[in-house]
Parts: sequence; structure tokens; C-alpha cells
Amino acid sequence: MLSVFRRKVFHGSFIAAITVREALNSALDEEMSADPKVFLMGEEVGEYQGAYKISKGLLEKYGPERVLDTPITEAGFTGIGVGAAYYGLRPVVEFMTFNFSMQAIDHIINSAAKSNYMSAGQISVPIVFRGPNGAAAGVGAQHSQCYAAWYAACPGLKVLTPYSSEDARGLLKAAIRDPDPVIFLENELLYGESFPVSAEVLDSSFCLPIGKAKIEKEGKDVTITAFSKMVGLALKAAEILAKEGISAEIINLRSIRPLDRDTINASVRKTNRLVTVEEGFPQHGVGAEICTSVIEESFGYLDAPVERIAGADVPMPYAANLERSAVPQVEDIVRAAKRACYRAVPMAATA
Amino acid sequence: MATAFSSIGVIQNPHCESRSVPSRKLYSAVLGSTQKFRFNPPSRSISGCSETLGKPSPIYAISEVFKEKKRKSASSSSGLLITKEEGLEVYEDMVLGRCFEDMCAQMYYRGKMFGFVHLYNGQEAVSTGFIKLLKKEDCVVSTYRDHVHALSKGIPAREVMSELFGKTTGCCRGQGGSMHMFSKEHNLIGGFAFIGEGIPVATGAAFTSKYRREALNETDCDHVTLAFFGDGTCNNGQFYECLNMAALWKLPIVFVVENNLWAIGMSHLRSTSDPEIWKKGPAFGMPGVHVDGMDVLKVREVAKEAIGRARRGEGPTLVECETYRFRGHSLADPDELRDPAEKARYAARDPIATLKKYMIDNNLANEVEFKAIDKKIDEIVEDSVEFADGSPQPSRSQLLENVFADPKGFGIGPDGRYRCEDPKFTEGTAHV
Repeated sequence: MLSVFRRKVFHGSFIAAITVREALNSALDEEMSADPKVFLMGEEVGEYQGAYKISKGLLEKYGPERVLDTPITEAGFTGIGVGAAYYGLRPVVEFMTFNFSMQAIDHIINSAAKSNYMSAGQISVPIVFRGPNGAAAGVGAQHSQCYAAWYAACPGLKVLTPYSSEDARGLLKAAIRDPDPVIFLENELLYGESFPVSAEVLDSSFCLPIGKAKIEKEGKDVTITAFSKMVGLALKAAEILAKEGISAEIINLRSIRPLDRDTINASVRKTNRLVTVEEGFPQHGVGAEICTSVIEESFGYLDAPVERIAGADVPMPYAANLERSAVPQVEDIVRAAKRACYRAVPMAATA
Repeated sequence: MATAFSSIGVIQNPHCESRSVPSRKLYSAVLGSTQKFRFNPPSRSISGCSETLGKPSPIYAISEVFKEKKRKSASSSSGLLITKEEGLEVYEDMVLGRCFEDMCAQMYYRGKMFGFVHLYNGQEAVSTGFIKLLKKEDCVVSTYRDHVHALSKGIPAREVMSELFGKTTGCCRGQGGSMHMFSKEHNLIGGFAFIGEGIPVATGAAFTSKYRREALNETDCDHVTLAFFGDGTCNNGQFYECLNMAALWKLPIVFVVENNLWAIGMSHLRSTSDPEIWKKGPAFGMPGVHVDGMDVLKVREVAKEAIGRARRGEGPTLVECETYRFRGHSLADPDELRDPAEKARYAARDPIATLKKYMIDNNLANEVEFKAIDKKIDEIVEDSVEFADGSPQPSRSQLLENVFADPKGFGIGPDGRYRCEDPKFTEGTAHV
């Protein structure tokens, strides 16, 4: 299975480069092979090989009993998945995009998230809801919303947001093995991106802990938190800032619920400045929670007001130039980091 | 003249074609099968041929008015289904739809159009057959496959093309895109990306029509709503909830199922326990009708009855149009799962070619007139592309417009006044 990955040698150590799509596919494959109770359900996951080809080859390998093509009934098949999880199976429910999960949100919250609590521990729900989240390119208002903040507000759920192939593999395996409902937010634009991985990551027992953020790049002047696609932009912003003498520490959150407050606060206590970056709507967003956590726990360490970068407070427009203005760009992150470092910056972005 | 609402007995129809019928055994064999489909779907047209599938006759709820109408119209005129003027109007509308969609594909591959684009090639008979019978005040609710519904309803090709290019001259100022076409003037409500989403909205529009007549005493308000949706939608809960309420409250709505047998790569037969969608109408107390959606004249006949029923206040109808999309689900769909033989069969039933043949055979029009229309449409579509190309992109200040009808919804700014009153509000970055 892993032999299809391209092997490049980096600095003498053995590393392969795999795309996020390959990472997710291999993680699903390995978990389904290890545990016969794991099954995949969703629209176009079988014969179509997955709407975004994430489940390629799985129908052929595991058969129609374990890879189910459903009719277009989010509420129905999500409920069915939850019921199966009640009785000990481990479903992986795919939403073609998380926008469609709104048709099923009653089951995600009321049947899945709250059940362990309502039954006083008798019924646990080992289910994974996964699919692309957030904006793609030119897909309009109803296909572009980020649901991280909504789901992360809910007790009983775990919310994961992988960025790289290593994140995708490790977090999906952890999610499938987890006894609680997990919302696994992928990103369509990251599927084709390739990342170098070590041999450890390619091993079938590889797993990442849920609730631990990763410091992608260490720095000493400002902490920038991001998740999913925004991590890539933050890293680019860090390069630009480095040229101006600002050393940024980039935190890849990986887990929105539970949020790794320790890592974030420890970082801010080191750098004394915070910029949060997210793609979703600004009000009540992930950044709001992070900023509050830092103000509550590390107020004395802050040398500058916290900065939040989020998507525009509008439904996603279709026109290409408006869409670009509605989503954070590298320049926005750079400007916010400079503001936090008391550098002079123009207030408005140029179009 | 045959109407489409008669029971399944044999009705002579001048353009009945013989079709092969798969056996009942094949039907049950493919349900739940993991094999790729290699068969031709059953094509029963109630308004035509007498083949059955060896199943018991379907039961309709048929109102007496239909039977009465059928008796009356059987004694009328020439037996032709359409006049020359109507025929050419219908032809022009279908060619506009086809030509426009083909141009969309070209523009997409040239990068002028982006995101999700779902084309309607092959299904023109349904859009034209229904929408051309409506008044301007009647309402059409569609799905993401809405370009041709927009054109048939009367939105100028220029505005639709501009919208697709994301320009400020589009029908939604570039803010909606391919999947979200709206027009208050022409009463086109969407453009919904989520399947099933448009059905309750359409039911609400029909409710308004009835409310205006009964609660607001506008006794001449007889507006009808058409809800277009696909076969995949018919497995969604919202569909059933609306069938129930529309029948319960006798709303002036027609539920038009564009059954093209495929929901992206999911075959209708693999996903539906009982694939005959028209049957779901009588279960809720409304007539359910199946019609050959590749033949615009048959669709028109059924549409006249259904829209007439709604206008007279007799309640909803469920019409299942058996049709086919010649292209993939969207321009990003590789379309590998559909059998080429199936595609070829339906290509042979191209609605535009069928209508043209009927009109020529019955001496309603000649080649020259058709060519003139083709040329006219080509010019309209070319012009729409030029117009869209030359139109400006939305200005930056448009980003924050139209979020609220009352822009005070953006709240009060740091200076104590409403943010919308500050002229700099729409000029700055839209950051928190």
C-alpha cells in the first residue's frame, strides 16, 4: 500500500513525501484492516472512489458491507451511524462537505455528543464525522463555511483540524480509535498538497495525541496560532517577518476541542504577543476563545493587545476578487504581527 | 389528444417510440448490487407506449377534472400538440439553454468561470416545457443546476453569464455564482446548493399565494410555484415533509422531479428502495405522474394539467420527468460510472432534435426557420460572453454590502454611531 508513495531522500534520513489525500486514505485503510468493526459510510465513498477520492480503493478492498454508498440523506445516515456506534460498531461518516452536516446537526449534537452524559456513561459513541471544511475556490456562500467554532463549542465532541500529511494520518487514526464522537475537519485545498514524512509516520501504529498542539516553527517575538490551511499561510508570513527581524512562533493547533491552552499560554509567556488566525467568521470564533484564554491566564505577560485574524463577517461571495478579500491572506497575518510588535503599518489592505 | 394523466391503459400517441424493457428479474438483481451498471434504465412513458414491467398497474389519484378535460380535448382541433408560434418559441428556448450551457463549458475551461458549475444539457425539455407555460408572477425554485431555469424564466443571458463570471453586472452582482441565481423581478428563487433545500422554500412561496388569496383577500391571486429537483433529492426527508403539507393545505405547487437517474456517481436504482418516484404522490394524497422528460411536447401536456390544477386551487401535483444529463454532474466530474451505451440511447432522444423532427414532419416549420433561430441564439450567447467579459469585477466596497437589509445590523462602531454610517466602513479591510 505504501509503496506507491514517492520516496525522496532529505538530508540523508529516510523520508517519503505523501499528499494529504494519500495520508487519509492510508489511515482509513489501516484502521479498517486492523479492526473489522470500523466501516465507512457517506455519499459517493464507494463506487465513485470518494467525492474527493479520499476513499479510493476501499470499496474494492473491503466490500460493500463495510464501504457504504448512501442516498442523499444526511440526517438519515448520520442517525444510522450514531445508532450503529451505540451498539459497538465504529462508523466513519463522511460528509461531502461540512456544510452538509447542517442537515444532520441534530444527530451530531443531540444523539452523539450528549449521549454518554445523558446515559451516565452507559452508551459511548465511538464515531468519526469527517469531510472537507471551510472555503475552497469559488464555490459560493453555501459551500464555504468553516464549522470549527460551532462544533468546538459543544461539550461531548472532540474537534480535530489536521494540516500536514503527518497530522492527517496521526489524527485520523487517533480519531477512529477514540471512544467518543470526533469531528474531523479536513480542507479540500490541502488534499493535493504534499508533505515530507518520516518512517515513523508511515508505520501503521502511528498515532498523534488528541489535544496537543504542535509548534511548527519556534520563535521569540510573537506567537501566531493557526489551524488547517491557515498554518500554511502563517508559515509563509513567518518567512516574510523573519526578513524584517521579527521572529514568529507558529503553533499548529491540530485540536480545537480540547484546545491546547498550555502550549499556547507557554508560548505567549515566552513571546509576549499573540496573533490568532482562522478562516471562519470572526464573531465567537476559535480566535475569540484563544484570546480569552490568554488574557485570563497570561495577562501579565502580554506586551501588546491580542490580535485576531478571521474571515470577513459576510457570507462567502462568489466573485473571485471578493472571495480573496473575504479570506485571510498572508499580508493580513504579516500586518497583524507587525501591529503586535508596534511597527507602523497601513490600516487598510490594498485590494 | 392524449393527456398525461390517464391510467396506464394504452393511449395512442403519434410520437410513441418503441423502447426495450428490462425484465423484472434484472430490476431486482441490480438493487443492492455492487456490480457496475451495464443496463439501460426502464423507460415507461404513461402518455405513450403500452409496455409494462410485469408489475401490477400503478394506482393514481386522478381528479375527475382530468377525465373531463380528456374527453373534451379529444374532440378538438387538428390533433397536433402545438402551434407553429408556440413550437418555434419552445425550440428557441431549448436551443438557448443548450447553446448557453455549451458556452459555459468552454468558458470554464478557459478559466473565466470557476468553482462548481452544473450543466443542464439534455434536460431542456423539462425546463422549457414547464416554465414557458408560466406567467411572470409565478415562481420557480431550482437547485444548483439552475442556469437554464433562469434563462427560461426570462433572466437575460447577459445577466446570467455575468453572474457566472463573477462580475458586478450579474443578476446577483457576482455575489451568488452559478449555484445561487436569484431574481425578484422574474420570480426565480434560487439557486440552492443543498439538495432538498429548495423544496420547503417553494412550498412557502406557494403558501404565500394561497395566503394572499384567503387571508389578505386578493381574490385574483392565483400564482403557481414550480419546484425543480432531482432523483437524489427524493430520498431526502424534506421532500416528504413538503409533500405532506402541500397536499394537506392544498397549496398551488407542482413538484417537478428531474429524474436523470444519477446523483453524481450514485445511480438512482442503487439508492432508492422504490425507484418509481411518481408513486410517492398518491401516498400523500396528490396525483403522481410519470412523463417522458426527453420530449418537450409530452412535458408541456402534463405541465398544462398540473399548473392548471394548481391555479384552480385543486392542490399540488408530483410530476416525475424521466430525463438525462448529457454531461457529468458538474464540470469537475469525470463521469466514469455511466455506461456509454446508456448515454448513447439518451443522446438519440435529444429533445431539441425530437421537437425539430416533429415540427418538420407535421409541416409546422422548415429548416430555414430553424437555422435562423440557431443563428439568433448564437449571437445572443456570444454577446452575453462579450458583455460579461467587458463588465467590471465588483468593487471592494461591495464585500460588505447586502449582508443585511437593514445595514444597522453591523452594529455601533467605536465612535458611538452606527458603523454603516461611516463612509470608511466599506473601504477598509473587513477585519475584526
